[in-house]
Amino acid sequence: MLQYIVKRLVYILLALFLIITATFFLMRLAPGSPFASERDFPPQIEEQLNAKYGLDNPWYIQYKDYLIDSVTFDFGESMKYKGRSTNDIIAESFPISLTLGMQAMLIAIGFGILLGVISALYHNKAPDYVSTIIAVLGISVPSFILAGLLQYYLAYEFKIFPVSGWKGYVYSILPSLAIAFTHMGFISKLTRSSMLEQNNSEYVKMARAKGLSKWKVVFKHSLRNALLPVVTYLGPLAAGVITGSFIIEQIFAIPGLGRHFVTSITNRDYTVIMGTTVFYSIILLFAVFIVDILYSIIDPRIKLKGAKKS
Amino acid sequence: MKPKLLQVKDLHVHFKTYAGIVQAVRGVSFELYEGETLAIVGESGSGKSVTSNALMKLIPQPPGIYAGGEILFNGRDIIPLSDKEMAKIRGNDIAMIFQDPMTSLNPTMKIGKQITEVILQHKAASRSDAKERAMELLNLVGIPFPEKRYKQYPHELSGGMRQRIVIAIALAANPKLLIADEPTTALDVTIQAQILELMKDIQKRSNTSIIFITHDLGVVANVADRVAVMYAGQIVEYGTVNEIFYNPKHPYTWGLLGSMPDLSNSSDELLRTIPGSPPNLIHPPVGDAFAPRNEFAMAIDYEAEPPMFQVSPTHFAKTWLLHPDAPKIDVPQVVQQRIDRYVKEGEA
Repeated sequence: MLQYIVKRLVYILLALFLIITATFFLMRLAPGSPFASERDFPPQIEEQLNAKYGLDNPWYIQYKDYLIDSVTFDFGESMKYKGRSTNDIIAESFPISLTLGMQAMLIAIGFGILLGVISALYHNKAPDYVSTIIAVLGISVPSFILAGLLQYYLAYEFKIFPVSGWKGYVYSILPSLAIAFTHMGFISKLTRSSMLEQNNSEYVKMARAKGLSKWKVVFKHSLRNALLPVVTYLGPLAAGVITGSFIIEQIFAIPGLGRHFVTSITNRDYTVIMGTTVFYSIILLFAVFIVDILYSIIDPRIKLKGAKKS
Repeated sequence: MKPKLLQVKDLHVHFKTYAGIVQAVRGVSFELYEGETLAIVGESGSGKSVTSNALMKLIPQPPGIYAGGEILFNGRDIIPLSDKEMAKIRGNDIAMIFQDPMTSLNPTMKIGKQITEVILQHKAASRSDAKERAMELLNLVGIPFPEKRYKQYPHELSGGMRQRIVIAIALAANPKLLIADEPTTALDVTIQAQILELMKDIQKRSNTSIIFITHDLGVVANVADRVAVMYAGQIVEYGTVNEIFYNPKHPYTWGLLGSMPDLSNSSDELLRTIPGSPPNLIHPPVGDAFAPRNEFAMAIDYEAEPPMFQVSPTHFAKTWLLHPDAPKIDVPQVVQQRIDRYVKEGEA
């Protein structure tokens, strides 16, 4: 197990290196510069600015500098917002995105699995149709439309929740729902089909033959086996929730990291681009890593490579 | 006479499909006494497994329908029972051994838990009592190092071991009736023999009644007291093991006996088969369902279903050949030769 973890960590570092390299060169290939959008500078000032941020160096020196920045996790000052370091921006806005993302994931996983199990248990009966309709709606309605609807009805018409902003817990409910709904639909469909598959298997019949009740069979036997495909989806889900929340953050005017991630690119804010990319990459790589470890916990047949033989 | 444990009266089980209603079991009746083994034999699709699942009410509804008849267990009809009441009987009074040990254990649950689960469900036992009982069971079914196996997962065990575990689970609550649905089909021959010995041994100790579903007549001769031969959802011949093997009356039973692979056959002789295939049970044939495949079929076989003719107090067969007016037909020569040999072997 330890050997496996070490191996995976090495791969993560390798992947990070590739991501940093690709981002760096893509960033350079894109036309424009951090200062291009401002009013016209005299060339001398632009030269001075370039010198200040090290943009006058040849590409390999800059590349080396970025690598060192990434390793020390010190990306320097934002080129757009004077006097704010990239690390400050991340430290300020990431907790907000994290709260939102975690809440959304909990809602998506919890209700998704619940709907899926109900669907499978009442296969081709009314509860199945109802939860399938909810799931299909969830998958097919884009999050920004749902966000608008939620804002209009729950916030504007009935005034249950605030329309937008980020001043406390109540502000996080609508955006979390908007993010979660699509993923909930996916998880519910996944759980349903994999539960149905498990319910046809012999060991579920055997569990029934043991005299266990319907729900006991679900919770003690079939659900755990049915969750494997759902766990697979958790990696991409984490990615989707954390990066995809950009739109929702915009709609609800939430000062999260997603906004910086996208605006930094249009701004050619090189330091912030590098900082947020590296940060997101680390989170996603670890999310996938954790999912792989979760696998072996849920299914004892999966032996992680390098694990000790019992 | 031993007390009657189970009586099945005119059981009908249907399945709704898009193509129509499949009449999988069409009027099956039999009884089972305490401590005896009844073998139900027949080819695939003859309704043996449906019958056995029906006894535990494990047929999913829908698409399954209990279309008629009674299943009297200890004198009580279990067909109208609710799922809750049925759960008290399943695993406790009636237990089942499934066909494929590779798929019938939960892959993500430890062996020990899969056994104690049944005990905790049905008996007022503490966890430690249940564990003790599980160890006892593992010993009983011949698992070496039970302490170690208790903590292992199914994939760490071989097929034969797993089937022993399945048997241990079935025995956990001391059931009165054990239904074994082709318990040895998925195992190789040496392991088969061990499992059969184990089941016979257990029956001797605990006086459990066993219903043994199989298509292997060799196994039947080995374990059964009585035999029911099923064809197209009906029992076509029913008698003690000696009556079925030494004095078969139904042409289908002849066919089954004749098509057993036999080591004494010369190597250039082809394996014998029963020509044709079983009828479609969405539209069961008029008359005798076996008639189209029966070389001795008479005109009446296509017109009217034969009743059960009594051959002896314990032996019945559903064929017009037993009617007093039917022409006298001898058992086919190949089958007769085999029967003679069985008799000789039986005497030896």
